[in-house]
Amino acid sequence: MMRADLELIHRWVPEGAHILDLACGDGILLEALARDKGVSGYGLEIDPEGITACIAKGVSVLEQNLDEGLVNFEDDTYDLVVMTQALQALRRPDRMLDEMLRVARECIITFPNFAYWRHRVHLGIRGYMPVSKSLPHAWYDTPNIHLSTFNDFEHLCREKGLRITDRAVGIGDHEGHWATRLWPNLFGEIAIFRVERRNRR
Amino acid sequence: MPEYPDDSVGLVTPQTAHFDDPLALACGRTLPAYDLVYETYGTLNAERSNAVLICHALSGHHHAAGYHDADERKPGWWDAHIGPGKSIDTNRFFVVSLNNLGGCHGSTGPISLNPATGRQWGPDFPMLTVSDWVHSQARLADRLGIERFAAVIGGSLGGMQALQWSLTYPERVANAVIIAATPKLSAQNIAFNEVARQAIRSDPDFHDGWYAEHATAPRRGLKLARMVGHITYLSEDAMGTKFGRDLRSQDLNFGYDVEFQVESYLRYQGDTFSTAFDANTYLLMTKALDYFDPAAEHGGVLAEAVAPSRCPFLVVSFTSDWRFPPSRSRELANALTRAGKPVSYVNIDSPHGHDAFLLPEPRYQAVFAAFMGRVARELGLEEIA
Repeated sequence: MMRADLELIHRWVPEGAHILDLACGDGILLEALARDKGVSGYGLEIDPEGITACIAKGVSVLEQNLDEGLVNFEDDTYDLVVMTQALQALRRPDRMLDEMLRVARECIITFPNFAYWRHRVHLGIRGYMPVSKSLPHAWYDTPNIHLSTFNDFEHLCREKGLRITDRAVGIGDHEGHWATRLWPNLFGEIAIFRVERRNRR
Repeated sequence: MPEYPDDSVGLVTPQTAHFDDPLALACGRTLPAYDLVYETYGTLNAERSNAVLICHALSGHHHAAGYHDADERKPGWWDAHIGPGKSIDTNRFFVVSLNNLGGCHGSTGPISLNPATGRQWGPDFPMLTVSDWVHSQARLADRLGIERFAAVIGGSLGGMQALQWSLTYPERVANAVIIAATPKLSAQNIAFNEVARQAIRSDPDFHDGWYAEHATAPRRGLKLARMVGHITYLSEDAMGTKFGRDLRSQDLNFGYDVEFQVESYLRYQGDTFSTAFDANTYLLMTKALDYFDPAAEHGGVLAEAVAPSRCPFLVVSFTSDWRFPPSRSRELANALTRAGKPVSYVNIDSPHGHDAFLLPEPRYQAVFAAFMGRVARELGLEEIA
């Protein structure tokens, strides 16, 4: 069973696409996409256990630190770049967004929504840094150094002149609730964005 | 009966295959006939689909795993990775390991007799390239009834052979594992090789390569060559940890005898090697290294050179390897991704420099075993008891 955000991405990726999956973890998405939709491509990962799991599955994985960019990939050589739950752990998420849309015209990004109501309760009422299913770390050992909200990300895309072609929220216990569709920044725990650049390079 | 560990292939016996078909070489010359000495571990299945070829490095040979006799002190050079339950699991795979042409461990090389003259080949032995080795290995595969290898695997110069196999015989390689290798030598790599060659060739006992006829051998030159080589196989950290500035005796003796432990170690390594290895073979092997450059025929574009390959690749480097550093493996992995080939690249954290590819290391073993496990699963290989 795949994580909810991966299920959604699985639906969004077109048949036969050539893709990069940044921070691909144990390769479960690439494996399912190759099997179900004839998708090809590579996962990038730095976690040793994730890399070994990919190799055991037959998923092509490259040990590569995303903070070093995607310099080894040429412009417009992929159909799509996917990055799940890693944007917030990068040194410069804005530059990674540029890199992703350099090697492909389109990308799919998911990240924990810091403005999720439970996170607001933690910070706004109780006065503590939020800890939740999507943000399981304590403030002192978290890899998540650039937390943002649904609204923040939309703002960044607007500033960069990017088009958001689709967006969705992954929610813990409130799946399909009308409120998440109406107020995603409040009720969405995981933000899922599909973004493309407007012009050919 | 001697006792061997459960994960050892145990007692092994080298075999020799003789070939009478002349082999045309890249240098333009032809080898009229030749022998290849090899070992096998495990059992070839009925479909002949479980064979794995091991390609050796500069000073390697066919004895990759197990023991030749009860008195042998150390097992074969890759025993850490070949055996029952190991990364290259001999319960599943049939492993073929040979001594390359030009070698000095039983395959035809400079110390063999040249049938045309009745003398040793010596320096007259033709220059060899990685491609020549691959062609000769393919003939050995024919002889053994192996149409397609489940995997061709090698470290260092052996990795270059595995890469060449995937390009020359793409239909005969189901998977390729390329460890601590490079798609071509750097100027610095060639420079080190040249120092090694000059050390051998300037030894007064070299006699232009005809030393055997003078009943001698350029041992001092070969020793120096090995000492220089050995430095490039270890990392600075590994040397520092192993020897530091430790002295052999308490005090400095203000002379040129061995004072530091590292000197003692290098001299020992050089001495041992110089009595066990043939100088002409060493010269040939270093030239094969220097010549290797599959991209050269493609305007230097490696991504074009690898286009013919049809197999998944595993490319492995080690963080402290400065002979063929991680950047060289990454260069290969990048060329393969550019060509759209299935490839996984892993950079193993190890303090042991280039030699790390020979040693056991938990992450290295986990990655290697995961890849080979997937190979076995995809080919439907059963465990053969």
